Amino acid sequence: MTKKKTTKKKVSAKKKTSSKKKAPAKSKKKATKKKAVRKSSKKEKFVFDYDPAPESSAVVDIKNKYNHFIDGEFVAPEAGKYMPTLNPATGETLSKVAIGSEKDVDKAVKAARKAYETTWSKMTGAERGKYLFRISRILQERAREFAVLETMDGGKPIKESRDVDIPIAAAHFFYYAGWADKVEYAVPGRTAKPLGVCGQIIPWNFPLLMAAWKIAPALAAGNTVVLKPAEQTPLTALLLAEVCREAELPAGVVNIVTGAGETGAAITAHKDINKIAFTGSTDIGKIIAKAISGTDKKLTLELGGKSANIIYEDAALDQAIEGVINGIYFNQGHVCCAGSRVLVEESIADTFFKKLNKRMSTLRVGNPLDKNTDIGAINSKEQLDKIKELVAEGKKEGGVYHEADITLPRKGYFHKPCYFAHQSASSTISRVEVFGPVLSVQTFRTPDEAITKANDSNYGLAAGIWSEKGSKIHKTALGLKAGVIWANTYNKFDPTAPFGGFFESGQGREGGMQGLLPYLEVK
Amino acid sequence: MATVSLKIPGGNKITIPHYPIDMIGADERAGTFTKRSIKKQSKMDALYLAIQMTDLTTLGGDDTPGKVEQLCGKAINPVPPQFLEELHRIVPAKEFRPIPKVAAVCVYPEQVPVAVRCLEGTGINIASVATAFPAGQLPLDIKLRDVKRAVKFGATEIDMVIDRGAFLRGDYQKVFDEIVAVKEACGEDVHLKVILETGELKTYDNVRLASWMAMEAGADFIKTSTGKVQPAATMPVTLVMLQAIWDFYQETGKKIGMKPAGGIRTAKQAVHYLVMVNETLGSDWLDPDMFRFGASTLLNDLLRQIFKQYSGQYFYDDIFSLD
Repeated sequence: MTKKKTTKKKVSAKKKTSSKKKAPAKSKKKATKKKAVRKSSKKEKFVFDYDPAPESSAVVDIKNKYNHFIDGEFVAPEAGKYMPTLNPATGETLSKVAIGSEKDVDKAVKAARKAYETTWSKMTGAERGKYLFRISRILQERAREFAVLETMDGGKPIKESRDVDIPIAAAHFFYYAGWADKVEYAVPGRTAKPLGVCGQIIPWNFPLLMAAWKIAPALAAGNTVVLKPAEQTPLTALLLAEVCREAELPAGVVNIVTGAGETGAAITAHKDINKIAFTGSTDIGKIIAKAISGTDKKLTLELGGKSANIIYEDAALDQAIEGVINGIYFNQGHVCCAGSRVLVEESIADTFFKKLNKRMSTLRVGNPLDKNTDIGAINSKEQLDKIKELVAEGKKEGGVYHEADITLPRKGYFHKPCYFAHQSASSTISRVEVFGPVLSVQTFRTPDEAITKANDSNYGLAAGIWSEKGSKIHKTALGLKAGVIWANTYNKFDPTAPFGGFFESGQGREGGMQGLLPYLEVK
Repeated sequence: MATVSLKIPGGNKITIPHYPIDMIGADERAGTFTKRSIKKQSKMDALYLAIQMTDLTTLGGDDTPGKVEQLCGKAINPVPPQFLEELHRIVPAKEFRPIPKVAAVCVYPEQVPVAVRCLEGTGINIASVATAFPAGQLPLDIKLRDVKRAVKFGATEIDMVIDRGAFLRGDYQKVFDEIVAVKEACGEDVHLKVILETGELKTYDNVRLASWMAMEAGADFIKTSTGKVQPAATMPVTLVMLQAIWDFYQETGKKIGMKPAGGIRTAKQAVHYLVMVNETLGSDWLDPDMFRFGASTLLNDLLRQIFKQYSGQYFYDDIFSLD
């Protein structure tokens, strides 16, 4: 922190940054000078710059290379091929991970099948539950290590991996551990059996959390799994493999095969897999759905979204602004349920933009390991290029663009938090999932119009409603076609609550009792 | 709660817009400031600033001239000179930034003459509570006499209480008129802090409305609490008031100050408050003229942490003088 001398304090107070921006909201008037208290000391403006407060990376031990985790052992890939995994905040290579071939996948499926038939499906639910509780506990014990590794491999701020990803991942194992001996209560009057071997393919935005969402209910129900983490962020899943060993989970119950699209395709195509669970982009989801049509594989898909965040004029505005910020800038906007389409009532739009601009100027973008960083690195160069391309498209279409007036780090992949104001429903930024810190803001006039606009999307994953009037919230929620609806909050995740979408946002639910059902054969 | 309409001096009316606060959201946002990690020089600077913002307070039924004299001594010399000598054996004096004076000493009107005598020429302000502090349950003429007396004795700042009874029964006009009258009684040069006693107003909607009314009525500062009601200052209540101050500034161009009081005991808490001010109002409010802490035990913890920053070690408590 530095003390900057300003010759006249009052002058600097009048310098309003917002008037310089291309923001839609103009500052109404300049601050008039007010006679303040007697000046007791010479005036130096206090500038509160927080010194760097990086979390130490000494807690993690990153190996030179990582192998697949098959049948309880770390085994080298058949073809002997590896690919690098990067730290997106620096662009540097962290390590190499194995590229899974059809042979590797086959080996993993065979191990999973053997474990399913010989141990896991034979075990009592209570016994299975013990292992899951144990995994949950070890995750909590090693939380700091997981958080730092997640941040290094994926670029998300440490405060999020520390306060959101890892605790909720542990909570998922804990929650489904409780279901393991109560599965029959999920289907009263009927019987439920596990499906067998599940192939699970997960994305790079919440690497460990998505692994937990997939593995915990599958194992609780009595299935065994072959999981493929995203090629960009495989390290925490591989650390989870270590945890499985530490918990003495029977060999073959959890198998982790790393690799990119081809490895995923090998899992999808494997004949001895009973179920595919996929979280990722809608494009890949469609490919998977096609690939398994005509087989007896079960399928759950958790895909993209373009979720509406509706701000009514009677909302608690300061809190709604927080909800907008959290909705779109949480995890750099790499969130399938991100509130990427704000619909704000026209009568409060000016105030809304003014407050939003001010709040955005306080966001701290930078080193993800710094505990004060609010927005970390974009996950990969490819994703950053995609975001830039869409932003350029939005500008070309004539969108009113605003970005936070902050400096980005020179190294690594970063993008300024931004929005497009006064968007029409047909604009690219209002329709396409950007998966980055880019927000579309549209206005509406009446609740009916808000509902119509919110539903005007090929997605249907989530929505937010902000109003202090309960009846209006309920009426709006009934009209929305979205799997998850938050009222006066956004991006809240809990293992007890089902999560999933409509239309191109996918099928099936994860979390809660509903998240158990896709892993069961119910008769 | 709907829009509140108030008559202002001169017969015109003003309306105070309804501005709802979501409690859960406000609590959550306030919590985020406590997660900031303030280290090294930024921490040191914040600790120094917090001392300059402290209103060193004694408001006991057992206050005596002797007690107030000693408090004033602490205000002038937060650190015993003997201890500084000891410290300089570890940290050379030239590397040591002198400990600043506190902003003010805050006492009952009865003790103002004592404070005036002790603090003459020091530049430390003398704040006096008034208006039948802490309950405010007396007629206006007595409250005004209370204020005028404190001003006459030499108080440079008046910390008044609002009539919470009137507020809660919906008589906003009475609350407003009293603040206007007290402001007038204070005169041009005396600074008015309006205590909302948020622990009795309970809801954030009430806090927001009372904040706005006080600012419209002429408050120079709005202040959370008397310290006699629990909870006193909290982060979320202060956040709601800071956001009201920002909106009022946007609306009128007037910058109103903020004083959380009661319950802020540790340096860590003080730093969290400064982070919150920084991220809601910005640098202009990081100034003793715009932000104060009403506290009695905070000062010693600030000193303890400052010396820890310099020397890398904690000193035993007795080394810091009491009061």
